Amino acid sequence: MNGVYFLHLALALLLAPLFTGVINRVKAKVAGRHGKPLLQLYFDLFKLLRRGEARSTSTTWVFAVAPGVGLAATLCALALLPLGGAASPLRFQGDFFLAAYLLGLGRFAMILAALDTASPFEGMGASREACFSALAEPALFLCFLTLANIAAGAAGGAADAPSLSLSSMFAGQAPAAWLSGRAELALIPVALFALLLVENCRIPADDPTTHLELTMIHEAMILDHSGPNLALILYGAALKLWLFAGLTAGILLPELPFWPGLICHLVAMFALAALVGLVESVMARLRLIRVPRLIGGAGALAALTLILSHVR
Amino acid sequence: MRFPYTRSINIAEVEELRGARWREETGALLDAGCRLLALFALPGGAPDDARRSLCSLLCNDEDGGLHLLRSEPLSGYASLTPQYPQAHLFERELHERSGVMPAGHPWFKPVRFNAPWSDTERRPGPAENDFFRVEGPEIHEVAVGPVHAGIIEPGHFRFQCLGETVLHLEICLGFQHRGAEDLFLSAAPRRRVALAECFAGDSSIAHATAYCTALERLAGVVAPPRARLIRRAALELERLANHIGDLGAIGGDTGFLPTSAWNGRIRGDVLNTTAVLCGNRFGRNLLCPGGVRQDLSADECADASARLQAAYRDARAAVDVMLASPSVRDRLEGVCAVSPETARSLGLVGMAARACGLPADVRFTHPLGPDPQEAAAPVVEHGGDVLARTLVRSRELDVSTRQVEADLKALAAEHPSPVQAELPDRLPPLHLAVGLVEGWRGEVCHLLMTDATGRPAFFKAVDPSFHNWQGVAMALRGQQISDFPLCNKSFNLSYCGFDL
Repeated sequence: MNGVYFLHLALALLLAPLFTGVINRVKAKVAGRHGKPLLQLYFDLFKLLRRGEARSTSTTWVFAVAPGVGLAATLCALALLPLGGAASPLRFQGDFFLAAYLLGLGRFAMILAALDTASPFEGMGASREACFSALAEPALFLCFLTLANIAAGAAGGAADAPSLSLSSMFAGQAPAAWLSGRAELALIPVALFALLLVENCRIPADDPTTHLELTMIHEAMILDHSGPNLALILYGAALKLWLFAGLTAGILLPELPFWPGLICHLVAMFALAALVGLVESVMARLRLIRVPRLIGGAGALAALTLILSHVR
Repeated sequence: MRFPYTRSINIAEVEELRGARWREETGALLDAGCRLLALFALPGGAPDDARRSLCSLLCNDEDGGLHLLRSEPLSGYASLTPQYPQAHLFERELHERSGVMPAGHPWFKPVRFNAPWSDTERRPGPAENDFFRVEGPEIHEVAVGPVHAGIIEPGHFRFQCLGETVLHLEICLGFQHRGAEDLFLSAAPRRRVALAECFAGDSSIAHATAYCTALERLAGVVAPPRARLIRRAALELERLANHIGDLGAIGGDTGFLPTSAWNGRIRGDVLNTTAVLCGNRFGRNLLCPGGVRQDLSADECADASARLQAAYRDARAAVDVMLASPSVRDRLEGVCAVSPETARSLGLVGMAARACGLPADVRFTHPLGPDPQEAAAPVVEHGGDVLARTLVRSRELDVSTRQVEADLKALAAEHPSPVQAELPDRLPPLHLAVGLVEGWRGEVCHLLMTDATGRPAFFKAVDPSFHNWQGVAMALRGQQISDFPLCNKSFNLSYCGFDL
């Protein structure tokens, strides 16, 4: 079983930059453009890794280590996830807390690095990122709680079943439960998809393509990074996107045999990428002060699902 | 002294108002609803006399009349700005250009970078001044520019913020000051149209038309009807190209990508239509004093008309997609609104003023000729916000397209006739004339005066941006700092047109 898990982990590490490529390609096609190559992010990463790094004299070691910390934290969180339905060998009771706060640790490191530059743009970006991620956290936990609830139900109350582990939550119970008449569970992927957009600075929460510093959230925090450190940040962002898409896909897909499972997983992932691209093409970005409403909406959906799933 | 805007005025006949009368009478006209078009100083008396004779040019939008008021030589006067905020930049500029001191000016800072006007004093450069500061433990200051992230012109913006809210924005320009007005006078006369076309590159036709009109009015010549039609078609094409580009850019800033991508291409199609008229996409070399350089054949008219129709169809669809999107409307509505009172007191002009409900459009108050217009009234919106500025542009697409098509149709139907009027060799001495043209951004005002020998000796160009930059600063008050790029784009003012 571990072999399947490691295959999925390797695929995540390898294909994550392609996810961004698919989003960009869909956006370009909808707008009637040719768009940049699908593999552009790979080219960018290789280019940046070979470059030198420019570092402001006002920065300290905090600025230098943050991208590494951020990438490591995202990698660890990804390793806890049951990718493609294969349980993680690292699973334990309550590992979803660790996964969520590993992402928080990565963000904390990046916020510190942004403040370290003493640039007003980066300070503003850091404050926005801190504010929105603090709002997104309860919504994410509400989603996890609902799934844990279902997983506990599926385990039939066995005391040793690790229902509070991501590997149990995403083991395919959700679609099974949905098919057995628990329609409210369809709201969870919607909430997770909204969180995917917010946490990965996509439209409508943030605009990843903007060059306007005053409107940026995540991008403003990495304005001063360059070279290999920027490559680490970009790769970390791609992995994080893959992680959130993996969460959303993990709920949608039932438990399948190896080959159909693998194929369905990849199809679902890139369908999500296309969906992100479509959302970005047909929507304007929200005003910054309206973003909390989007996050609140996701949280409300998750809370509603939790209540409904308890009522039964 | 009042004079019709189509005529020139003999400056020697304008009374030199004594003492405080110049200021009083200028104030009285502003109170009566006139707008300040320009404030300038003429050398007074002896060559070594530092005093200057101040002139204010005002216009009355009700009857189209212009007023020129002239003072006796002065070295200072009581500033108009505390009572009439629209004079604020004009007085700063007046001091910078002539050294006359507007005493009691509340915001006395440099306008542009200028060479020292006396040997003993070094003038500060752009943004080399104290900024207005808000103090407090939670206040933070953000400085943007003069080097920006996008490919735009240089300008420095200083925000005083409380969290995400902007308490105050101060805008410092002047980085592109190139002495355009002085260069204009020292240049060979045949070079002047080309220079006027460079005052603000996106308003080439508006500036060239303003200069040619001022010169023709000075000479007492009227451009032939055919030339007027070609000029108007080109001016409206310039408006269409820029409006389409701006609507796309507003789409881009809101993150609405389809319109942003499409309009970039459609703007090019309109520019290519302009190229049918004169061989240049920005209308360079189309105009000359007395008319236009080249006539249009019926085939060329048909070609331009077909291109325009195709571009208009695409643009209408692209803009309608954007304006029909609820997320875009939510993003634009109520953002960075300017009230009609603020717009009037700051003297906003053109599209920005029309979005605040003011019917400011010199195409209607000061038409360039007797030719009938397609539209009966200016396009006015009442919100004053980014949405209103977007809607004014969107509606002007229809009006301008109809106008260009009507003009091209008339040109194709008419028999060819001369498109250039002969200008006299000598201009009347000591006369002053004004060219007022509604460019796509707003009114472009060129003022030309001859000396005692009949040679142009004084020239002044006022780009609409000069009136409107303060509007951007006021629009942002109490708004979100993240809305600034969108607000700035919705005004889309010229930096080089301001800096000259």
